[in-house]
Parts: sequence; C-alpha cells; structure tokens
Amino acid sequence: MAKAKNNTLKLKFDTSWNFAPAPESKSIASIKDKYDLFINGAFVKPSSKKYFKTINPANEEVLSEVADANASDVDKAAKAAHTAYDKVWKKMSGKERGKYIYRIARMLQERAREFAVIETLDGGKPIRESRDFDVPTAANHFFYYAGWADKLEYAFPNRQAQPLGVAGQIIPWNFPLLMAAWKIAPALATGNTVVLKPAETTPLTALKLAEIIQEADLPPGVVNIITGAGATGAALVNHPGVDKIAFTGSTDVGKFIQRAIAGTNKKATLELGGKAANIIFEDAPLDQAVEGVINGIFFNQGHVCCAGSRLYVQESVYKTVLRKLKDRIETLIVGDPLDKNTDIGAINSKQQLETIHKYIKIGQQEGAELHQSSCALPGKGFYCRPTLFTNVAQSSRIAQEEIFGPVLTIQTFRTEDEVIEKANNTPYGLSAGVWTDKGSKIFNMTTKMRAGVVWANTFNKFDPTSPFGGYKESGYGREGGLHGLNAYVNLV
Amino acid sequence: MIAEKSTIKIPNFSLSPRVDQVGIEERAARFTKRSIKKESKMNGLLLALNMIDLTTLEGKDTDGKVKQLCYKAQHLHDAYPGLPTVAAVCVYPSMVKTAKQALGNSGIKVASVATAFPSGQSTRAVKISDTKYAVANGADEVDMVISRGKFLMGEYNFVFDEIAAVKEACGNARLKVILETGELGSYDKVRRASDIAMYAGADFIKTSTGKISPAATLPVTLVMLEAIRDFYYETGKMIAMKPAGGISKSKLALHYLVMLKEVLGEAWMNNEWFRFGASSLANDLLMQIVKEKTGVYQSKDYFSID
Repeated sequence: MAKAKNNTLKLKFDTSWNFAPAPESKSIASIKDKYDLFINGAFVKPSSKKYFKTINPANEEVLSEVADANASDVDKAAKAAHTAYDKVWKKMSGKERGKYIYRIARMLQERAREFAVIETLDGGKPIRESRDFDVPTAANHFFYYAGWADKLEYAFPNRQAQPLGVAGQIIPWNFPLLMAAWKIAPALATGNTVVLKPAETTPLTALKLAEIIQEADLPPGVVNIITGAGATGAALVNHPGVDKIAFTGSTDVGKFIQRAIAGTNKKATLELGGKAANIIFEDAPLDQAVEGVINGIFFNQGHVCCAGSRLYVQESVYKTVLRKLKDRIETLIVGDPLDKNTDIGAINSKQQLETIHKYIKIGQQEGAELHQSSCALPGKGFYCRPTLFTNVAQSSRIAQEEIFGPVLTIQTFRTEDEVIEKANNTPYGLSAGVWTDKGSKIFNMTTKMRAGVVWANTFNKFDPTSPFGGYKESGYGREGGLHGLNAYVNLV
Repeated sequence: MIAEKSTIKIPNFSLSPRVDQVGIEERAARFTKRSIKKESKMNGLLLALNMIDLTTLEGKDTDGKVKQLCYKAQHLHDAYPGLPTVAAVCVYPSMVKTAKQALGNSGIKVASVATAFPSGQSTRAVKISDTKYAVANGADEVDMVISRGKFLMGEYNFVFDEIAAVKEACGNARLKVILETGELGSYDKVRRASDIAMYAGADFIKTSTGKISPAATLPVTLVMLEAIRDFYYETGKMIAMKPAGGISKSKLALHYLVMLKEVLGEAWMNNEWFRFGASSLANDLLMQIVKEKTGVYQSKDYFSID
C-alpha cells in the first residue's frame, strides 16, 4: 500500500460536491442608458455630440453609452476647475474641505453594494474583490485624506503647504473606482480642484461617483469627470490651465505624458507598469508562499500593475512549489464575475485578451512549458485560464514584458545574490515579494530590491496610510499616506 | 504492515515545514467566503451529518445515556425519511460494550477515547492497557491523546514511540491521534505534531479533546489538512482528519467541507476520511435540512436532544 515517493499521485479537485451558482443580484445597480460629462457640478452634453459604448466583458452586452469629450469639452472642464479653485476651494478652510470629503466617503460606504456590482459589471472583476477590496478601500482613501485636510501644518511642520491648482488625473481600467479615490481624495484635501478622466472601457463607477459628488453638494467645478479615450487624455495633458498631471497606466503613455509636459510648469506623478518578482526561499512557509503567489498574480485577473508576475523559487524546493501551484490553480473558479464564488472573472476587454493570448503564444514559441488549469470557460465573454510557465529564462520575453493578465513565469535560483540580481534585472521597479522564515534575510532582501513596495511573507496589501509608487520605468511620485499629500502641494 | 511501513523514511521532525500565522489565517478565512446555496447546501448538510462522530464524554455518562445516544445515532429524525446516519458514536472505554450492543449491525462505528484521555498524564503501560480494553470490548476506532508535555519538551521520539505502541495495541481498530492543538501554542507546533502522528502510524489526526479551549478552528484544521496532503504525496498513504470541539453550527461545518474540497479533494469527501467530533452539530444540521425542505425553521423542540 505505502510506496515511497510516488510521482504519479494526483489529487482530484473536481468533486461530486459542487457549488451551485450564487450570483449577486444586478437589481441594485441603476445604470442609465446614457451618461453625459460631469462639468461644473452638472451633467452636460458633449460638444463632440459623440457617445461610445461601454460593455460588460463577461458577456459582451452593452451596459451604457458615455460621452466622448473632445478638446473643447476638456477646455470647459479645465476652466470650470480653475474658476472653482480661484473662487471657492483654495479659500476654503481645511476643516470645511474635510467635511465634504468625509461626506463623499460616507455616501460611498452607504452605496457600497451598488458600486461593487457596477464595478464588476463594467470591468469584469469578481464581485468578491469589488465588494471586499475595491469599494471599501476606495472609501477608506476618502476617509484617510479627509482627516489630513485640516492638519496639513502637521504633515509639513514649519512649512506652508500651498495647493497647486487644477489637477488633471487620468486613471486606468483595472481599479476604476479605487484609482479615482486615490487621485481625487489627496487633491481635494490639499485644496486642489480636479479634472478626472476614467478609462474608456470602465467609466461607469467614476460617473456614479460624480452622482455622489453632486449629492454631497461639493461646490460646482471642484471635481469634473470627463469620459473619452486617448485623445481626450492627450487634450487634458496638453491643456495650459492644468497645473498637475497624475497618471496611472502604461509605461508607453507615461513616456508620452513626460514628453508632452517637458518645458512646462506642470508637475506630474506617474504610476506605470511593473513586472514584479516574487521570491520563495527554501526556508519559507511554502503553503502560505504558494497562496501568496496565487493571489499575487491572479488577483483581478492579473490586471494589476504590481502583480507578482515573475516567480523565483529556490531550486531545492522547486518541485514541491510547482506541485502546490498546480494543485492550487485547479481549485480557482473562473467564470461569471457576479457569482460570489468566482475567483477569476473576465478579462477587461477583447483587446487585452488578445494581448494575453499573444504572450502565451510567444511563451510557447520561446520553448517555455505551459501549465493551465483544466477549468471550462464560459462561451461568451473574455476569459483566460490561470496560466503558469516553467522552463523560462531571464531573456524570455514573457519574463521581461508586462503581460497584465493571469500569466505567471517561474524560474529557479540558487543563491541570495543571484536572485537579487535577477529580480532587479528589469526596466520596471514597482513591487516585489520575499518569502522566507528568516527575519535577517527579509531585511537584506528588502534593502536590495529596487522596487517601490517590497512585501515580506505577504503580497498585494494596500492601505491608505501606506505610500505606493515605482522605481525606474514604473514611474515616479508616491500616492497614499503622508507622501501622497506631497504630490499635490508646493512647500514654501 | 510493519514491513511496508519500514519503506517510509522518517524525517527529522524538528525540520517540519513552518507555517506563517497571518497567511494561514487569511487562507482559512477565504474558505468562509464561498457561498453555498440550494442543492449544494443540501448535499453539504447531508454529507456533514454523515461525517459526525456523535460524542458523549462526561464523568456522569451512564449506560442509559449511552443507549439513548446510540438510538439517536440510528434515528436522527424519523420525521424526515431517507436521512443518513452519523458515522460513529464516541464514548469512554467503559461504555464501549454498551454502545456496541446498542448499535448492533447498524454500520455505525464505535469510537472509544483511550490513553488516559483527556490529559494523557499516565504511564505507557496504563495507556496500552486502556487501549486494549477498549478494543477488546469492540471499539472500531480508538481516539488517543498525545503526551503534550513531552512534545513541548522536544521529546519527539517519546511521542512517536508512544503513538506507534498504541497503534500496535489497536490491532485492526483505526487509530485517531488527538494533538490537543489548544495546548500546543503555535501553528508550527501543530504541523510538527501532525507529522509525528502520521509517520508514527495514525490513521486519523484529530485536533482536540473538546476539553480545552480553543478546540478545532479552521486555520488549525487547515494546517493539519496540508500536512495530510504533503504526507500523501510523500508516501502515497491517505490519512483521515477529524476536527473536534467547537463546531456546532451548520454554516461552520459547510466551511470545513469547502476547505476539505479545496485542499484534499474528492477522495477525502466521505466519512472514511473525514469526521466531525461534535454533539450539538447534528441537531443544527437537521434543523437546516428540514428548513431547506420546507422553507421554514422548526422549533428546537421538534428535534430530540440526545
């Protein structure tokens, strides 16, 4: 009966006891057929007269139509923001500003369920994540920065923190509401006004946030939300009335922004791509490390700039770790994002799915070995199985370029110095993870990783009090925490 | 048996895998997020009912009490036909004979605690004779306790040898090894004790006596399930799991089943490989089962309390 080291053993996770569908109800989400631009406290028709569709990536159904802002709409929004800044917002006391931000935070909490459902419908992320992570964390950001509004003199002792003016903020499609909160909350707390442009595939929660801002009676023009694609963003970046650009998105667009604002007085914070190393040492608590690696790469379908997409495993535990990873991906449930049991939802757009497929093909052509879970995928919508690549080299494209999907590359290493060198051998530097039971090793690794955030024995942990940002091509400037205030003030 | 076992290499238990507290608790909490509805809820409730070791372990136990418990084990709720029975009845050694007679050929197993349960503070000779007495009286399963004092002193060989000796005394009875995780103090120690028990010959590893708080918890059980999984891959041998104590609600029992499904999978999803040590869980499951069927909750007074 008992045989030593049987390599053919396999656990069967496709059990006879299965989970019945448990979909969250859509009825709580009220989505209008058409959304206009939120400028100067009101929803106004775009002068472009154009609208574009936003779809549910889980089933490709149209959810709504949103306005496509052109340069003259951007101008209108920037002017409204500028007037609000001059006439109202910069004169208002921090205490009063704080009250408005607190109000937004509370209203967001009250309508958390609705926001979670819309976030999932529009973006494809599992309801478990939008419910337990995106919406509560977004509300927490507003609460946190509301608290700073009347305490800026303590944030910057013996200095005077002056607002910059109008902040042009461009946010990505992976965490639409949360990124809006990251951008808007510190800007308002420090006395700036805002023109925010959400991503074209996921504009709905930002527009719902505009409704809250309207209901909260925020003075008109303090926050303006305009929708559109790249051209709208470019018009915002180039607008002379914008004093600061805050951008989260791809490194290519980040470089474009930097070129565009060169020679102007505009300040910028850029939070760009990443290709984070997650490093497992042989002395690590392996089951928890594997769980952390799984969450590090498959959280939000891997659409996370700080996703742990490169796994480095010490050779002595490689086989065990790989076995555990393969077992674990079999238990990930891929499917309807609205189902409460779904672990991996829909890929955000057809275009992104094609990018991911392109990289999976490249990986195979490069000779890497592909492992995918055996789960079935829904017939309609954009889905991708959780994917592991072994036999990957440092020079493989899949290990160098950001895929932004549920694809993990796995490499082995022998010594600490070797893995530090390999982990840092990337143009990016947003985040990293270290898994070991040895405290001294954690300190050694964290001081040598060239990354803005280094997690030890955990991954993808976010908190409003903690700064976030990158090294190298992952961008500059910090968001979150005390550091996040810095990006929106002039110190005199 | 002995010859086969000798092919398994005994590891150095002080090198047992480490467990990260934050990580294991987060993972355990994740199982509770699974939403169990409709037919999967019903099937889960029935499965949990069938995995119960219905237990009475009190100083005041009598033949009468044990007989009534055994009747309940076979007739959980006759108003609802077609229910499964529980897996076993768990009693003190002095009650084994009574239980065995009362259960007859119902297929329900008799489990007996032994080895100076619950403290285990006695000599090996006493523990062996306690075990032999239970088995001689017809116990199908023996629930032993490890010597926690020796374990915490680092005397792993002592603990190992004791388990192996009790296993030998069990003969054909299946051995459940109670780690009493509430006295071990850390997840690292739970993992180490699990490894010792499995390599020493345990058929089951079990969390608690029910006499110490905390008893079974989701994270502790997860540590043990992961130990079972690693042991299976290492040796090809399946070990069963029994969380005991503190599981009295259906919802929590379903969380345990979700965890079992996602850590060990199909092969373990039956009462040969997984048990709940509980007494009040059965009635809560029955109440939920009847509610699923009828759509309304019945009063507690409709369910017998044995």
